[in-house]
Amino acid sequence: MTAAASSTSADLVVPSSAQISFNAVTLDLGGKTIIENLTLNVSPGEFLCIVGASGCGKTTALRLAAGLYQPTSGAVRFDGQQMTHPRREIAIVFQDYGKALLPWRTAAGNIALALEATRVPKAERADRIATLLGKVGLPNHAEKYPGEMSGGMQQRLQIARCLAQEPKALLMDEPFGALDAMTRQGLQDELLALVATNNATVVFVTHDLDEAIYLGDRVIGLLPHPGRIGIELAIDLPRPRDQLVTREHPEFLRLRRMLFDFIKATEH
Amino acid sequence: MTSERAKAFILPLVLLGALEIWARVVHLQSDSLAPPSAILQALGQALADGSILAATRDTLFAAFVGLVVGGVIGLILGIAFGIFETLDRLMEVTVEAIRPIPSVALLPIALIALGFGYRMEIAIVAFACVWPMLILSRAAVRDIEPRLMEVARVLRLSPGQSVRSIVIPAALPRIFVAGRLAAGIALIVAVTVEIAINPLGLGASIMLAQQALRPDLMLAYLVWIGLLGYALNAVLMAAQRHLFGYAAVVEEPS
Repeated sequence: MTAAASSTSADLVVPSSAQISFNAVTLDLGGKTIIENLTLNVSPGEFLCIVGASGCGKTTALRLAAGLYQPTSGAVRFDGQQMTHPRREIAIVFQDYGKALLPWRTAAGNIALALEATRVPKAERADRIATLLGKVGLPNHAEKYPGEMSGGMQQRLQIARCLAQEPKALLMDEPFGALDAMTRQGLQDELLALVATNNATVVFVTHDLDEAIYLGDRVIGLLPHPGRIGIELAIDLPRPRDQLVTREHPEFLRLRRMLFDFIKATEH
Repeated sequence: MTSERAKAFILPLVLLGALEIWARVVHLQSDSLAPPSAILQALGQALADGSILAATRDTLFAAFVGLVVGGVIGLILGIAFGIFETLDRLMEVTVEAIRPIPSVALLPIALIALGFGYRMEIAIVAFACVWPMLILSRAAVRDIEPRLMEVARVLRLSPGQSVRSIVIPAALPRIFVAGRLAAGIALIVAVTVEIAINPLGLGASIMLAQQALRPDLMLAYLVWIGLLGYALNAVLMAAQRHLFGYAAVVEEPS
């Protein structure tokens, strides 16, 4: 719609290295401006976390990146191409894994859905499914239905289905928000290991500030009504990260304090 | 469970017993009523000479073919209307204008167009079965978890893949319920058409027994149709539990 008009100016600003780029993106939904003038670049292989108070538009930003929403003005690009629809090289992990999985298909069947979509030949599917289930720590649960699995296992399964798309970028919408603390920490480390081997770009939305700092290369804090960037922190903590060592690192604590102060300031 | 089931039989058995005693005490002479023992005897006879089985075959054939034809039409329309809201809005007036027409009211037209016999009966049964299937499958498709449709979008499933892999399986438990309702309707409409006009099947046999002043046989047919409907529903319920047991497992927690 308005994309054509803004595309010329957009080309000037996008750095050539960016994989996902938001250029002056504004989104109005139902007469309200949800996101206003958001400009943001994510480099290939970067782990970007987005935090913010509820209603600040962080999930909306993720859906824009996935191509599930179209901006009212401005442009969202992936590898330089405008996002006019979702693309298979961008996978999205939803928070409500229970709703995103097909309850009538087994774990293997749920992964097969992504392979069917990408038209992987039937003969290759079984191997791919076994590999993926192994990667997310569910090697012995291929024949289980989602209803027979715990929340953590279901979320692992959803991640496996996303990996089956062989995505260049993984968008995650509070993926561990509904899980208990122990499961969450385990999955955080598994995710970091997976991302390190796949070298995928990750955009990770969370309301857990510790989680954002622990996982990310960079953390962006959004301000609400309408959503826009309020703070941007580079996270220079050493990798691989460790649940105890990283979280006790003075730099971790400094960043945590800054982020908490920022969130507190936005809440009133 | 068995004792609960057994209790449910007490009232009908008591009523039947009372009816039997009353009929014997007053030496019942009637064109419309008969003692249960006579009804049972007539039923046994009709089963023995095969007449009731032949009539059952005719009725079930018409009901079944009508159910399949009407059910498939209703299902396709229901899924299409459920997916494409524009189409649904375009068709709303047409559907709501045709739907309230009692299927039996089409008898005169169907008779002129198709004559006596199976074709006319099947057409009317099919007409009656389209609506529950259309309305319920449309609602089933509308109520599919939106997140699943987003998964289909993100995976870029083709429209055919989306319908096959997501829409139909997600809506299937409710579509099956619609099919069960439609099956009951099919049997009712088939018998009604036969009673009203079509000279075949159980309905025509009831009319024949009535005209022959055989209330025992007429009531035997009624009892038989009741048993048939009960058995049909029981079989479909069992199939439903067997097919969608896992769906119930999934929906229970949370």
